[in-house]
Amino acid sequence: MFHLESVSKQYQQGDNTVSALDSTTLDIQRGEFIAIVGPSGSGKSTMLTLLGGMLAPTAGKVWFGGQSLYDLTVTERAELRRLKMGFVFQTFNLIPYLTALENVEVPLLLRGDSKSNQRKRGLELLDQVGLGDRAHHKPSQLSTGQQQRVALARTLANDPCVILADEPTGNLDPEMRDQVLAFFDEFHRSGKTIVVVTHDPEVALRAARRLQMTASCVGAELPHRLAKAA
Amino acid sequence: MNFFTLVWKEIRERPTAMLTGLMTITLGVAALVAIRNVTFFSERAVAKELEALGANVLVLPKGVTLQDYYSADLHGQTIPEQFVQQLAFSNLEGVENLAPKLCVPARLNERGVILTGILPQSEFQAKAAWQSANLFSKHKGCKKARCVTDEGGTNSLATKRTVQELYKHEALLGSDIAAATGLKEGDKVSLLGETLVVSAVLPTMGTVDDGRVFAHLHTVQRLAKLGEVVNCIEIMGCCEDVAQGLLTQLGDLLPGTKVVTIAQVVQTQVSINRMMQRLSWLFLAILVAMAGAGIANSTIANVRERRREIGTLMAIGASPRFVSRLFLCKSVLFGSLGGLVGYLLGTGIATTLGSQWSGMSVTPLPMLAVFAICGATLVSTAASWWPARSASRLDPCVCFQDS
Ligand SMILES: Nc1ncnc2c1ncn2[C@@H]1O[C@H](COP(=O)(O)OP(=O)(O)OP(=O)(O)O)[C@@H](O)[C@H]1O
Ligand SMILES: [Mg+2]
Repeated sequence: MFHLESVSKQYQQGDNTVSALDSTTLDIQRGEFIAIVGPSGSGKSTMLTLLGGMLAPTAGKVWFGGQSLYDLTVTERAELRRLKMGFVFQTFNLIPYLTALENVEVPLLLRGDSKSNQRKRGLELLDQVGLGDRAHHKPSQLSTGQQQRVALARTLANDPCVILADEPTGNLDPEMRDQVLAFFDEFHRSGKTIVVVTHDPEVALRAARRLQMTASCVGAELPHRLAKAA
Repeated sequence: MNFFTLVWKEIRERPTAMLTGLMTITLGVAALVAIRNVTFFSERAVAKELEALGANVLVLPKGVTLQDYYSADLHGQTIPEQFVQQLAFSNLEGVENLAPKLCVPARLNERGVILTGILPQSEFQAKAAWQSANLFSKHKGCKKARCVTDEGGTNSLATKRTVQELYKHEALLGSDIAAATGLKEGDKVSLLGETLVVSAVLPTMGTVDDGRVFAHLHTVQRLAKLGEVVNCIEIMGCCEDVAQGLLTQLGDLLPGTKVVTIAQVVQTQVSINRMMQRLSWLFLAILVAMAGAGIANSTIANVRERRREIGTLMAIGASPRFVSRLFLCKSVLFGSLGGLVGYLLGTGIATTLGSQWSGMSVTPLPMLAVFAICGATLVSTAASWWPARSASRLDPCVCFQDS
């Protein structure tokens, strides 16, 4: 699904250069559930945005399904995200002025669904995450756990084959975390590729494969035991 | 949900975010529409006046300054009446009529009035017949069908500034004077110690003439003890073409006088309009700049506070075009709304205040609405072009940054 070929990323800030990711080569297979773990500032989010086609690497190539992502135009990459990728954010990133239902409808609007289709599918998805009765609430009227579930429904709206999640449980209490993780397991079972960035060993344990990042390097792949300790 | 719902919901959530932009554009359009309305109608008023006055030329004493055409004969300086004869028999091409005038202050029924002496047409004709002179000739190639007309009646004072008949013991009353004093045809009036008979009340002309009393020039000369003099001679050309040519010929013919065309006099009024118009261009520039800056500023602030939302939209697949359209659509909406409200406001101001201040009737100009709305939309869209573009070029990574 993904193939990173000597990908590195440096941020230029004035005179000094910050290396967020050193030359990395990596393969991610279709249907994999991967956790990226590592200390803060080790370049996890950078890695995720590189995979999502939202941040051009300083060097190297990122292949997605046989296509070199950063040889596409910005618009083509947006289109690719719209059709094939779903994002889950630590801060949910719901649009504050839209209701839960409308938030879920946004990706459907972007792909040009009719109004009635948007409505139907939106309600379906909200039901799926157990929020059918909260369709017309604004994000500010929802608990954090509910907000993340709305965000999950939005992620699923365009039926992506890849889900990229950055600290999806970082802001949730353990109970909510378990709920969200249950959804991830479900996505995984249904054959989606999942890449999740996390600090949380509990989350990392769910993944079939773990990548440890240390100061801009993708280190050894951790055996199950070590991941638990990390 | 569709694209416009998205735009609309965002506006409803933060109605004040674009308020300054909307305000500047509304007030800008209102000011421009008001100015345009007033200049349009005052221009039309002047144009109508100019047309009514035709190709007239004024012969005045040298030292007279011209502020207002209508008071051109109220200056106390005189020229000899003999100039009138000189003009009449000089055979100037295109001269259709002559109207000498002498104005003196008088009292009528305890009321201060201006007594204006005029010379009836019949006297010219009598003299012309007597001297078998060729009075008043059309200029060659004159496009006007009728040159010399002998249409009588008191209406002609308004239209041709002369009357056909007026006897030495008669007086004509302006409509305002007649209304104020209650005098009517056949009544006797005492002016400068002499009793005259009101031979007619003049129809309303809408000029200072409505407040004047007219009598035979020679009667006024005798009563005012001024000798054979006049304050001014109005010359009616047969058409516009001759006015300019007459100016030079008359200057040579009558030394010691000042010869001006009425067009020139009216030009002073026109030039005030011109100034307004130029001012309104300046206003346009300033207001466009201000409204543009207001909208640009609002849009920049809006883009800034929506960075994360924009990043999120892009992460879930919105194209840069979609993002810039979000902002452009908003500014089109604000521009057209500002244009419409501004038009209504400006028209309101012009129709109420404009008519109060200048006495003209100002009616709404629907065409202006089109210009106002299109113009405001254009300015607003152009102003938010760059901020919208910068929004579409935002790095989608901003959605991963905390708050
Ligand atoms: N836009 C940026 N400009 C400059 N430097 C950046 C930028 N984004 C990230 N960095 C730097 O790159 C490095 C990696 O950042 P990144 O956000 O990928 O870390 P992370 O592993 O996601 O950290 P955290 O766990 O705190 O989210 C850090 O040193 C960070 O300071
Ligand atoms: Mg991070």
